Amino acid sequence: MDNLPKIKRSLKRRSRSETRFRWYGRIAIILGLAAVFTLFVDIISKGHGAFKATYIQLEVHYDPEVIGINSLTDKSLLMQANWDAVPKQALRNSFSDVSGRRDKRKLYKLVSNGAGFDLKDRLLANPDLFGKTETRWILVDDDIDTYYKSWLDGEPYAARLSAKQVQWIDQLHQQGQIRLQLNTNLLTRGDSREPEQAGIRGAVVGSLLTLLLTLMLSFPIGVAAAIYLEEFAAKNRFTDFIEVNINNLAAVPSIIFGLLGLAVFINFFHVPRSVPIVGGLVLTLMTLPTIIITSRAAIKSVPPSIREAALGMGASRYQVVIHHVLPLALPGMLTGAIIGMAQALGETAPLLMIGMVAFIVDIPQGFTDPATVLPVQIFLWADSPERAFIEKTSAAIMVLLSFLLIMNISAVWLRKRLERRW
Amino acid sequence: MESSNLFLLMLTLGAVAFYIGRSRSLLVAKPLGGIRHLHSLPNYYGLNALLWCALPSLIILVLWLIFDEPVINSIIMGSLPADIAPASLADYNLLLNKISNLADGIMSSKGQPASLIAVADSMAGLRVISQWSLTALCLILAVIGLYWGWYKIAAEFRARQSVEKVMENLLLGCACLAIFTTVGIVFSVLFESIQFFRSVPFFDFVFGLDWSPQTAIREDQVGSSGSFGAVPLFVGTLLISAVAMFVAVPIGLMSAIYLAEYSGKTVRTYAKPALEVLAGVPTVVYGFFAALTVAPFLRDLGADFGLTISSESALAAGLVMGVMIIPFISSLADDVITAVPQTMRDGSLAMGATHSETVRRVVIPAALPGIVAGVMLAISRAIGETMIVVMAAGLAAKLTANPLESVTTVTVQIVTLLTGDQEFDSPKTLAAFALGLMLFTVTLLLNIFALHIVKKYREQYE
Repeated sequence: MDNLPKIKRSLKRRSRSETRFRWYGRIAIILGLAAVFTLFVDIISKGHGAFKATYIQLEVHYDPEVIGINSLTDKSLLMQANWDAVPKQALRNSFSDVSGRRDKRKLYKLVSNGAGFDLKDRLLANPDLFGKTETRWILVDDDIDTYYKSWLDGEPYAARLSAKQVQWIDQLHQQGQIRLQLNTNLLTRGDSREPEQAGIRGAVVGSLLTLLLTLMLSFPIGVAAAIYLEEFAAKNRFTDFIEVNINNLAAVPSIIFGLLGLAVFINFFHVPRSVPIVGGLVLTLMTLPTIIITSRAAIKSVPPSIREAALGMGASRYQVVIHHVLPLALPGMLTGAIIGMAQALGETAPLLMIGMVAFIVDIPQGFTDPATVLPVQIFLWADSPERAFIEKTSAAIMVLLSFLLIMNISAVWLRKRLERRW
Repeated sequence: MESSNLFLLMLTLGAVAFYIGRSRSLLVAKPLGGIRHLHSLPNYYGLNALLWCALPSLIILVLWLIFDEPVINSIIMGSLPADIAPASLADYNLLLNKISNLADGIMSSKGQPASLIAVADSMAGLRVISQWSLTALCLILAVIGLYWGWYKIAAEFRARQSVEKVMENLLLGCACLAIFTTVGIVFSVLFESIQFFRSVPFFDFVFGLDWSPQTAIREDQVGSSGSFGAVPLFVGTLLISAVAMFVAVPIGLMSAIYLAEYSGKTVRTYAKPALEVLAGVPTVVYGFFAALTVAPFLRDLGADFGLTISSESALAAGLVMGVMIIPFISSLADDVITAVPQTMRDGSLAMGATHSETVRRVVIPAALPGIVAGVMLAISRAIGETMIVVMAAGLAAKLTANPLESVTTVTVQIVTLLTGDQEFDSPKTLAAFALGLMLFTVTLLLNIFALHIVKKYREQYE
């Protein structure tokens, strides 16, 4: 029995290799989870700041002479009025010791260059303020906003500010005239070149319109195709060919669908660029395979006994499908539709091809207005050189991810709640 | 009438037809002694009338909308007076746009030649004619259909069969959309690619080593003759995909093995969905993460070790892409590993093999076809991935195998060539379609091969 020591020695080695193998698995999972964790922590730590914006308190005087008009009712006068002068004057009054053109220009840069128009809106909503003075919190420029937030965090970033501006902010801080408050612009405005005025409303509306169209087209067509393939198609080469096509389309890179949209919808059918219609059409073609495949699985899970019972009672095959199979398979189909829509909501590449990357300030009102979508907005902002856009981009990502989270949770909920096990 | 209003009108008429058909069938049934003397249920008579009324006019409406503009355009461009006739294809499109804008009233007619304004006017006239004849045609068809549907109603008319026949064709049409989409993709990339290969020879494109698609604006410009050698792009794509696979395959595979073979139920119920979160994150988010977090981190890390890592390195894009693909590989591998029958494991364990030996010598070989197919699908996904590389990889085509340098990929070039201002017929834009053709062909082959493997070996143990 001289093999025994050999085996004993090998046992130790084998048990070591067993432990090692187990650890490889654990490390792989830990690495994967670490990636999830890093991704989310990174995005949230970068983006949470964007939900607050910096405002400074100024004594605003709605002086008819400064604005250059004497009545608020005349529309043509409103167009010519010098609204920018109002915040400028307020700044001059607050910092009366500032003199010289260069310093004054620096001073004016404290507030956002949209501040004048915000005050105009305020004045038009409350016409009795005309000629009066009020204390108001005014949105600051993005560089000031970045500086103030980084200063609050203890690592001031003043690269784009002059020493005087830093000093003014310090002064405002000591007087309690600068603060962070909820950034309503982020959720209520369209895109802008100025980070502090930029919002995601336009992109969110564009995404909703595009998704609505995608859902309206792809769900009925996908379900119809699934019904045909599961219930009516003969087992022949043609059906196989359709199935091969569907499976392949599910794995075609999304950018190819963009090329299809560009060549067919835009260049051949002359659908206008950048509008939700063309985006919806492209995304419909892209999500169809997903919806067909999940709908087929849902139809397959309805037991044949149900069909046989209905057929036995004299129902036609269409009556079986419409009265029995479809209602029973609907939860599964809806789950598939939600997953398909989540995929469409996060999709960017094909939309770049069909011109949905345009810089669009206005919030789209319908399917034929130029629009952009949330992921493309993220892409555009990520490309912008202004430092303040990093924060904005991360915030937009957080909004996008929460939409996706809601959709996925509702899909899981729907499946748990409505799906029947036979 | 506006097409959208016309569409709504057709739907309304259809609803009316349904009501009329249904009530007439009830009327027919009454003297016979109730609806059981009808061949079909009253709703089917209604549906039959609806289909007769709305379907033909809706089909005409759609076809008209598709062919209306090309027909008008060719009539207009065919009848141009000699003084404004276009010289080249680019001029043709420009002129067409101008005329169309004039006809729409988007462009003011001030300062335009009189002959052009006349053409624009005739185009506007044709459009009005087309719109009205469409309205008239649809209405006539709808009324005829309505009458026919009404006329056909009789106790012995097989309305259900008739409706079901139409429905079957509609369902078949929906299923065939997948074929149309594939055909559409093939034709759209193929036609433009053929045009491209007319100006750039195919072999220069596939084997050329130099990629700089900027074409010269002036004749004497230096270094911008436009060369379309796609090898640097292929190499860049493969390099980034290789880095991604290097990350995704071991992590995805090992986590699938651990979750399927070792972990307890609690770990599995929490770790699996947590990993799958990675699959639900949009690619643009990964792109942002790669460009703003991973790439600077790697660059600084490299600087600490005295390495120069480009801030648009293939490594950063590849790493993040790998993370994106982890759940893809792990869920596919999980499926095939759990499909290996328990008896095989039991046999191996009974022979005295340890758990890991069983996994390595029995389970993995048995699951190998599925795993290989999963990896191939993952590669096809990595090659076609766009947003991560657009945001995190470079634009300059460099022929290198060093992952620390910046490379560009096929998808990045497609996006850069096709976004922004472009004229459609320049070799620059056509090159994007040629790249798209390459991408489509390669991913298609990978997918077909992977699906073939899966299909061939799936049932082996069942």
